[in-house]
Amino acid sequence: MTHEHDVMITITVNDENHEVPEGSTVAYLCRDIGLDPEKVAVERNLEIVPRSTLEEALVRAGDRFEIVHFVGGG
Amino acid sequence: MTSHTNNSWTVAGQTFHSRLIVGTGKYKDFAENAAALEASGAQIVTVAVRRVNVSDPKAPMLTDYIDPKKITYLPNTAGCFTGEEAIRTLRLAREAGGWDLVKLEVLGEAKTLYPDMYETLRATEILANEGFKPMVYCVDDPIAAKRLEDAGAVAIMPLGAPIGSGLGIQNRVTIRLIVEGANVPVLVDAGVGTASDAAIAMELGCDGVLMNTAIAEAKQPVQMAQAMKLAVEAGRTAYLAGRMGRRKYADPSSPLAGLI
Repeated sequence: MTHEHDVMITITVNDENHEVPEGSTVAYLCRDIGLDPEKVAVERNLEIVPRSTLEEALVRAGDRFEIVHFVGGG
Repeated sequence: MTSHTNNSWTVAGQTFHSRLIVGTGKYKDFAENAAALEASGAQIVTVAVRRVNVSDPKAPMLTDYIDPKKITYLPNTAGCFTGEEAIRTLRLAREAGGWDLVKLEVLGEAKTLYPDMYETLRATEILANEGFKPMVYCVDDPIAAKRLEDAGAVAIMPLGAPIGSGLGIQNRVTIRLIVEGANVPVLVDAGVGTASDAAIAMELGCDGVLMNTAIAEAKQPVQMAQAMKLAVEAGRTAYLAGRMGRRKYADPSSPLAGLI
């Protein structure tokens, strides 16, 4: 999906800087990192991004994403 | 409502046959965890919500070993020390899983991992208002248990001893009082060290027991998981059977008549 002429925007994912092409969806971001959007939950600037909207919601420059999943615990 | 049959119990409209809930932390690996779960017969596992590993997204995941379609994942807020952290965690959990049944745990301090009941009560109310069905880890206080129920807790989960301590049920009187006063299921959450502890919890009339460390840190976790399954069943059956009264002195089992 990335082309040479794409304008890249910088965001943070779990406090780490990350770049995606402008116009990327949140679902694209997940896959770009190597994650299945169906298996995670995404928060953007402390607001939940509903799973049903991941394929449409656009990533914006400066967004702070928190991406979590289920792990072992008591 | 609390079920009084041996073979099932119901929480927030969901019925389960196993009265044992097991954690998924502290295991050597996912395979051992899955094997212990199988041996325990549990239908619910607690899970934590944590950041994905962005640098290694292909690392094995819990869901690869324990199928959330077959086993009910109960997202837990272990590690949260404020109501806000816990609520944020459960909102994410609901999004990750898609269900409302959750376990709320708001801790007061690292040393004892005792719950902060003020924050716990506050968070229970907020979560219930948002449509969550919170099963709530709490102190063994019968009045606090009633307050939680009024606030919308779908299950009361008092500790039997500090989390991970394995000290066994240290508070039989207060656990029994909570059971007697509750209109929602009561499950001992924390403190179980071995099978007899689980049986005691069930003999007190609890609807279930939640444990993690007692299985995960056993020398043979899979074998201990099986022991816990049997103990929970035995304890429940003994509770329903009704134990004999206690006597101060001996009472012979063989008839005195006809002695030679």
